[in-house]
Amino acid sequence: MTAAPLVRTDPAAVAGTPPGGRRGRRFDGPARTAVGFALGAALLFAVAPLALSDFRLSLLAKYLCVAMVGVGIGIAWGRGGMLTLGQGVFFGLGGYAMAMHLKLADAGPGELPDFMQLYGQLDELPLWWRPFASPWIALPATVLLPMVVAFGLGSLVFRRRVRGAYFAILSQALAAAMVILLVGQQGTTGGTNGLTDIQGFFGYDLDDPVNQRMVYFIIAASLLALLALARQLFRSRYGELLVAVRDGEERVRFLGYDPAGVKLVGYVIAAGMAGLAGALFVPAVGIISPALIGIVPSIEFVIGVAVGGRATLLGPVLGAVAVAWARTALSERFPGTWTYLQGLLFVLVVAFLPGGLASLWVLARQRRSDPAGARWWRRSRPVEPAENRTEVSAA
Amino acid sequence: MTGPQLDGLCVRDLRVTFDGFTAVDGVDLDVPPGDIRFLIGPNGAGKTTVVDAVTGLVRATGSARFGDRELLGRDVHRIARLGIGRTFQTASVFEELTVVQNLDIAAGVTRSWWTLARRRNRIPDEVVAALETIGLSDRGDQLAGTLAHGQKQWLEIGMLLVSDARLLLLDEPVAGMSHEERDATGALLETVSRDRTVVVIEHDMDFLRRFARSVTVLHAGRVLSEGTVAQVQADPRVQEVYLGVDTATEA
Repeated sequence: MTAAPLVRTDPAAVAGTPPGGRRGRRFDGPARTAVGFALGAALLFAVAPLALSDFRLSLLAKYLCVAMVGVGIGIAWGRGGMLTLGQGVFFGLGGYAMAMHLKLADAGPGELPDFMQLYGQLDELPLWWRPFASPWIALPATVLLPMVVAFGLGSLVFRRRVRGAYFAILSQALAAAMVILLVGQQGTTGGTNGLTDIQGFFGYDLDDPVNQRMVYFIIAASLLALLALARQLFRSRYGELLVAVRDGEERVRFLGYDPAGVKLVGYVIAAGMAGLAGALFVPAVGIISPALIGIVPSIEFVIGVAVGGRATLLGPVLGAVAVAWARTALSERFPGTWTYLQGLLFVLVVAFLPGGLASLWVLARQRRSDPAGARWWRRSRPVEPAENRTEVSAA
Repeated sequence: MTGPQLDGLCVRDLRVTFDGFTAVDGVDLDVPPGDIRFLIGPNGAGKTTVVDAVTGLVRATGSARFGDRELLGRDVHRIARLGIGRTFQTASVFEELTVVQNLDIAAGVTRSWWTLARRRNRIPDEVVAALETIGLSDRGDQLAGTLAHGQKQWLEIGMLLVSDARLLLLDEPVAGMSHEERDATGALLETVSRDRTVVVIEHDMDFLRRFARSVTVLHAGRVLSEGTVAQVQADPRVQEVYLGVDTATEA
């Protein structure tokens, strides 16, 4: 007899349970959302620029880019169950597309970017660089290029039912491959150094603190826009379907859906978000390089999301910012220990708080409204006997 | 919903082999439109494998037609779209979603991407009707994971109803249910079979006697006997295979 395909309950995803019932709806009304977004906007646009020095604000801009990647991971992993350990690829595609355009703009019409003159025996611009001279191509490409690559990859992978740990490893290998490719083509990609020393951003001098502030505001606004998009997605019928695919891919298939298509959409959206984040990271930091998009940064994107709470709307954002901030703060004081602390943090969260810090909030809310009732961990406990649960868990 | 069109299931010479082991060995099965057919047989007789083959989960040779459509060789989700719905031995509903969300997903296979991208602004009529049919009208907002075992089974049947399945293949729907729940499930099957064809895999002889319209006994991958409950019970070969099963029914 074949093992029956089952719906898997994922305790780590409980925090993202769409609120059912009247209670949930009251907490989740449009007024609350409006207040939430207004609060977020006030923090990002008023409090942070006033309270933080230029240096700290530029750091925050960098963190917010990481948070944008996190919003996408929240969709793909938190809601869709696709543990993508290779978001650096899409972040990198967006970043390089933007950096190529800015390098060309810095160099001026007809000139080669500085690094090509230095290393390359190049007399003219490589063919594949040329389209990026136009902002009308380069800017859409920062988002569309990652989406197209994700579409191609996802079409191959999801239809073949590659999932769980296998998908995670595959996506990570892709990040490694991309780094090798970039490093190997030093003459046209800048190699290990990447594309550095970016001076201008569409005519604005990036050394000027006023312009850095403008970049920060663009990033903050983009993050809010992505959050609005993610929220709509979570509440849409597609969002429910994505959760259903996460918890019971086979069940969804037997209802007549093709789960590969459902997953593909979530994965492509996450890739587009990572691409936008990469594109905005470049003017904020002035550099894009293989070290910023390889395996380690790809895993760090995921750690922030796991710590914050992968299946919630705000968890990935707060987690990404908190982890990135802790990294800076601790590296300043205790250089060298951060890697260990980060590892420890990840292990602790995965072992004791699989829903991330956001699950504490959910827990508190349930205790308050239903002190004797089901705890989130109890509710999520599998009902079926363990031996029937055949699916490979994503984490 | 389109007008219900009753179709029957016609299986011919169905064979399923796993690594040299023949699980289903030339099964012929005719389930007329509107029947409630019970598939019974000892463990390993191939009951679930027949359902797996018909729904595309395992590869099989032979033929399985529903109405005038051949099912074998199609993808699982394409077979489902032809109106074949199934449940599993353990209720598999989406526990992190509410009852309404579960049903709404099942009802939405033909929705466009544009519809999917937006919120559900009202509960679709067929979902309301299904909630009524499966007796969960007052639990629409409850998370499916918090339902009682029997309610989960009903929800899963409800999901097949809203998905417009015209052939229901139910794998041990009353296993683990109380007496009251079994009665309710039996009544549900009778309601459902008015405009659908139902095939039930079941071990519970008492349930079978009360609700089966016809019975097929499988043994070692072959059809051993077929007919009404009385005919099958009187068949000496069935008695031989099933000796003592009456007392060993799963509670």
